[in-house]
Order: sequence, then structure tokens, then C-alpha cells
Amino acid sequence: MTTKVIQTRGLRRVYKTRKQEIEAVRSVDFEVEAGEIVGFLGPNGAGKTTTLRMLTTLLEPTGGEATVAGHDLRLDPIGVRRRIGYVAQGGSTDPEARAGEEIVDHARMYGIGARVARRNGEALIDQLDLDGMWDRKCKTLSGGQRRRLDIAMGLVHRPGLVFLDEPSTGLDPQSRANLWEHIRRLRDELETTVFLTTHYMDEADLLCDRILVIDDGAIVARGTPEELKRKVAGDSVILTFEHQRSTVVVAELASRLDGATDPVIDANEVRFQVPDGASALPVLLRSMIERDLDATGVEVRRPTLDDVFLTMTGRSLRDDTTTGPPDRAAA
Amino acid sequence: MRFLTDTWLVFSRAMRLSLRNPVWVILGLIQPILYLTLFGPLLEPVASAPGFPPGDAWQVFVPGLLVQLGIFGAAFAGFGLIAEWRAGVVERMRVTPASRSALLLGRVLRDVAVLVVQGALLVGFAVVIFGLEAPFESLLTGIGVVALLGAAVSALSYGAALRLKSEDAFAPVINGLILPVLLLSGILLPMTLAPGWLQTLANLNPLTHVVDGVRAVFRGEIGSSDALLGVGLTLALVVVGVIYGARVFRKESA
Repeated sequence: MTTKVIQTRGLRRVYKTRKQEIEAVRSVDFEVEAGEIVGFLGPNGAGKTTTLRMLTTLLEPTGGEATVAGHDLRLDPIGVRRRIGYVAQGGSTDPEARAGEEIVDHARMYGIGARVARRNGEALIDQLDLDGMWDRKCKTLSGGQRRRLDIAMGLVHRPGLVFLDEPSTGLDPQSRANLWEHIRRLRDELETTVFLTTHYMDEADLLCDRILVIDDGAIVARGTPEELKRKVAGDSVILTFEHQRSTVVVAELASRLDGATDPVIDANEVRFQVPDGASALPVLLRSMIERDLDATGVEVRRPTLDDVFLTMTGRSLRDDTTTGPPDRAAA
Repeated sequence: MRFLTDTWLVFSRAMRLSLRNPVWVILGLIQPILYLTLFGPLLEPVASAPGFPPGDAWQVFVPGLLVQLGIFGAAFAGFGLIAEWRAGVVERMRVTPASRSALLLGRVLRDVAVLVVQGALLVGFAVVIFGLEAPFESLLTGIGVVALLGAAVSALSYGAALRLKSEDAFAPVINGLILPVLLLSGILLPMTLAPGWLQTLANLNPLTHVVDGVRAVFRGEIGSSDALLGVGLTLALVVVGVIYGARVFRKESA
């Protein structure tokens, strides 16, 4: 029997501003099983952070219900708080405070005694490669160290479920890889369930056991990275042009190819999927030459999660220009 | 019980951080002493003017300074909370099972503790250097009023700060409120010297009665109606401030 650590039904959140109501999360239904690393993927403004803040009791849902770590979100938020850890996007420590003090104080707010708090804290400092940082002021830590300190804070009461909001944003590649390693160890060694938001494709692909894709306030796809990628049949073809005006004509040409998906125009690029990229491309290029159209770049590749997102929503995940409530400011 | 432990935790963390960077505490100490030294002597000749309330210059002036300390020392507390909010500290505390009221009260108590030390120094200075004469229990009551007033003002300040979440929005609100409240309370010069219309306005300000109450206490009239009104109003302010602040901490999706 598998245990559901998170279960949501029709979770919904509306922000009211003076002029209008913004439906940041329309209706979110999903389940998370014990011991999974689940990636919650979507562009900025899709409702990721709003959903996360509801699940962590920071924001009251406008509608729907959810059970988190065995407790009802609405009826027993304190029960939920006791059992979850939350690592926010923007940090969690006072720059003037010492790292160790912050960890111990935080643990004690969960009712953990000072000695146990210190022992748990020191163990985490050690596991997260923060040796020697205990007495350092938080402001003297590097970005990656501070991020790991935030994670240590979120784990100090040994929660079975941890929420990480954009854990690797702003980290250099090496720190990111390092962080992923720590997150995997949480799952493997401590059997912690990890629920993380991200808008990085590679993070979702390489780190997560399962992915939930949210767009415009609703879940649009779910599955393992492999399952999701299989949904995109064939190869991705990306053509780049010097001038945007060429893209419309080429998109029209591409749509006539056998089995091609509706091409998407993204600035100077045209993207689409075909069952066999290698044989479709010469056909397309020939008809382009007939019309005197010249591509500056041509790329054929196996589908990535970005293509999945593109197929699902008609938008690129890298495109962060979507309008929506800035998750924190609107709260 | 849980609530008390949480409050203590928040208090001791806040206190530790304040003591680590005591510039504000020290400035807060120096200010009333500057007032005593540089403004107090001006009042001595005024004390014989017609319309000056009963009591000598220092019995009138020191209570005003105490009330001013209670307001000024606490009103700006919200700035620190905005910084904490921005660092993510407030949110991090709000995902713990700790009581939300404790998150407020722990911080308020830190401010009160600082104010009590500052108030005691102010009174001690006034007695030793400037010859303030007042019964010992009056001095203690005066410091008690500072503590209560500080609790009320700092709770209000935290509530407003967490609502506004921006120094740029918070600063004008605080400055816009404090100056008229101070001018209309007879803190520096007693309102008995004021023309009728100004006295009427000042009477609408609860702080006028708080100042009058502490002045009565310093004259030794601890059980007088002036004193009781002042203390009663201070307590009412504490109730209002804490209820407002706690509500913001509970509701606000900080």
C-alpha cells in the first residue's frame, strides 16, 4: 500500500485587488506519494508559489480542500505545520544572526528541546557541507551556503515532507548539482518526501521522480519525466531566422510536412515536432530555398521537457513574460 | 504554556540581536538625557509663569520625557520587522506551529525591556543630577507607564509594518501620526499654557491625559482621578495595540 502524503481536490485561490479578482490558482488536483521527489513545474505566474503557499498553510485557499502529511489543511493547519518543512525562495535567516543560533531557535519553535535542537542542527550542518559555519553570521555566508542553511532550517525538526520553493534559483552550476545531490540523499537516506517548485527543465528532468506541470492556475500534465517526453511524438525541429518576417512563411511550409505538429513561432524561431526529423528537414529546406528563405540555424533534437511544455500550452517555459500576479506581492 | 515558551523564544532571539547591534539602544538612551540637559534648564524660569501647572519644573518635565520615550522608542520598531520580513524570517516563523501572537508579543516584550532600562536611566539621571523630587513608588509607576505605552505603540507599529511591508509606505505613516500626537500632548510644555482652542484639541488626544496622569503621579497623587485616567487610558491602548497587531500576524500572508 502506498501512502499519500499530499492530496488536493479543487484547490483554488483568488486574489482580490481593488479593481479585479485574479484567479491565481483555478483548480488543482494531485497526489504525492511518500518518498517521492515531485517537481512542480510552470512558468512564472502560473500559480506555483501560490499553490505552495496554500499547501504550507501560509495562504488560505479560496476553495477546495487538501490533506497534507495526514492533516486537513483547513481544519488542522497546526497539525500540518508540525509535520512539514518549508524552504522559501527568498531566504529565511537574519543577516546579523549566527547560523547555529538561527537553526536552534527555529527547531525550538517546533517544541524541540535546546539540546536535541543543537544535535540535529549540527548533524545537518555537517551533512550539508557547512562545516565551520555554525558561529558565522548569516550575512558572511555565500549564496550557496545560505541556501543550504535555509534547507538545514527547513529540515531541523525532521519533517517527513519538505517543500522547496525554487531551491536552485541564483546558484552557480556547481552549487546546483551539489544541491540536487543533497535533495536525493534526503529521499534515499531519510525517506523524506520532497515537493519542489522549479522553472528549470533540467532540474525537473534530472532530479524529480515525477512532475506536475501547472499552467494558468491548473495542472496541465503529470507523470515521470520519461512519460511526459514520450507524449511528444518524434523529434523537435527548431529553425532560427535573421528576420521575424520569414518565420510566418516557414511555419506555413512546415505545417504541410507529414505528421508535423502545429508550428510555434517564438521570436525569430519556428519550432515543431515531426515523427522523423532527419527525413523531414531536407523537404522543408528545399521548399524554403525555392522561396529564397534562408535559416541562420537549424536544430533537430530528441524532445525535452521544454517541448512537452510547448506542446501542452503552446508556450515556451523559458518565456517568462506571462502576466500574472507576482506571487508574493499580491499576497 | 506553549504560548509562553514561544513568546520567550521570540523574545530572547530578538533581544540577542538587539544587543549585538546596540546603536539604537544607545541612541535611545542618549536622547532623553540630551533633553534633560539641554532643554530642562529652559523650563525652570517658565515654571513660575502664570498658568504653569502645579509641581516644579522637573516634576512637570520628566513625566513628559517618559511618555515621549515610550512613544518614540517604540514607534519605529516596525522598521526592523520590515527588514525581517524581507529576509524571510517572518514567513519562516509562520510555517512553524508556534503561536502567531507569540511572534508579535516576543518582539513587543523586547522593546518593552529596552524601554524600561532607558526609562530607569532617565529617571535616575533626573533624580541624581537635576534634583527631581518625587516619591520612589511614583518613579516606578512612571516607568511602568512607559513600559505599557511602549507595548501599545510597538504592537501597533509591528501591525502597520507587516501590513505595509515597505519602508517607503511605513515611514510617512509613522511620521505623519507621531508629530501631531506629540505636539498635542503637552509633552514638552504643559498645555495649561496654551490658548483655549489648542487645549480643546489636546484634550481629544489620549496621550495628553497619559502625560497629565504621570505628572499627577510624580506630585505624589497616585490615587487621584488624573492618575487613574492616565493609567487606565494606557492600559486601553495596550489592549487595542495588541489586538490589532496579533490580528495582522494571524491573518497576514506575510
